[in-house]
Amino acid sequence: MTAPLPEHPAPLIAPEDIPYLPRGVRLADDRVRGIRVLQAPERAMQLDPIGHAILSELDGTRSMAHIARDLAARYEAPEDQIARDLRDFLTGLIERRMVFLKDPA
Amino acid sequence: MKDHPAPHDIDGNAVTPGLPMAMLAEITHRCPLACPYCSNPVELTRAQAELPAEDWARVFGEAAGLGVLQVHISGGEPGARRDLAQIVASARAAGLYVNLITSGIGITRDRLEELDRAGVDHVQLSLQGIRADMADRISGHPGSWDKKMCFADWVAEIGFPLTINAVVHRQNLDRLPDMIALAERLGARRIEVATVQFHGWAELNRPALMPTREQAAVARQVVNAARIRLRGRMVIDYVPADHHAVYPKACMGGWGSTGLNVGPDGTVLPCHAAQSIPWMRFDNVRDRSLSEIWHRSDAFNAFRGTAWMAEPCRSCERKTVDFGGCRCQAMALAGDARATDPVCSKSPLHGQVVARAEADAAADAQAFTYRRMTKGG
Repeated sequence: MTAPLPEHPAPLIAPEDIPYLPRGVRLADDRVRGIRVLQAPERAMQLDPIGHAILSELDGTRSMAHIARDLAARYEAPEDQIARDLRDFLTGLIERRMVFLKDPA
Repeated sequence: MKDHPAPHDIDGNAVTPGLPMAMLAEITHRCPLACPYCSNPVELTRAQAELPAEDWARVFGEAAGLGVLQVHISGGEPGARRDLAQIVASARAAGLYVNLITSGIGITRDRLEELDRAGVDHVQLSLQGIRADMADRISGHPGSWDKKMCFADWVAEIGFPLTINAVVHRQNLDRLPDMIALAERLGARRIEVATVQFHGWAELNRPALMPTREQAAVARQVVNAARIRLRGRMVIDYVPADHHAVYPKACMGGWGSTGLNVGPDGTVLPCHAAQSIPWMRFDNVRDRSLSEIWHRSDAFNAFRGTAWMAEPCRSCERKTVDFGGCRCQAMALAGDARATDPVCSKSPLHGQVVARAEADAAADAQAFTYRRMTKGG
């Protein structure tokens, strides 16, 4: 069940934010189905290769902008497109409390 | 075991079992609380019939091999078992994600640290009400509120992710905003607001628990507003009062499709209330492997797919959305587990169901029939 959210909700994430997987959320193998999954409280999310590639970058040290730059270089894709995909994918996970952002030190 | 050429539903139509994602392990029915809507069956399993930890370890291994990714270790109160940490560790060793579903009563700080070392991934804490007077009366356990709040502090100190499970009904639904605020204050990542499901113990307490239509409507508004306010900070999962809904809930996401329950004595059920269907026979992990039960048992295959459905479900475009609703509710309200869930507005019994719900909601009953084991438990 999804809440009826405003059509243009405020952005939850900015280029300088550092995303990470909090305690209780981890990448895992689903050996039976032969896929990777994101294990989280009372929820296991099946990941496609793109989702898995993004989440594998969350090391708790690099910012959104930094990760987008690295992914763009690795996959030889336009950086602004990667940054948008990254932001949209992680926004969904932040809304589900599966990805946290580091407090600015 | 009967000799089947292939898995088939209750009418003999071929069905194709999928793979389960989640398993509820109700490792005991013992519980210090006596909530009048307990989801355990009215016939509770006694301690001496409980599956030993070694058997649970085998079952977790079989579950992981079958495709299960997450186990919800629940009860009764799972902390009533002294070997809880051993059971948790064996689930983690099998590769499962471990959710601990607890009342928080009877687990000391030292034990919670032991459960952390054993590998509990996430804690779900039940909430019966707001403040001691309400929570202690509903749970039938004086002192439960103070113990629970203390437990919630330990959960935060150790750092477990926390979900608050607030079970709501007529006698506490007006305090929903306070329950959401409490979950926020406790640092919960999620609150699950679940309206009482009227099976078993709750069925016995309908006149004391049934929400009014107005309460259900206000609760929806409270949830919607809180979701906007708390976006990115706390998730609110909401199970509405289905007696006041237009369509039934998609119970278990479809019978035998993604989840299974194993009871304290090893009985395997398609859902926790399935034993309320009197003619249905259930297998036990002491006799057959979990995989064999999942794929071959009559109980799991009975309502798989959509071919078993009668009208109005058969020609309904929602039949793969809500799967005809809840089989146990069909049993309880229509006297027939195969019927369309009578809470559905398309059911011929819908008018009666609504009238009865409104009569129960209008009843001024306060007193509960508490969940108790008969003596000797």
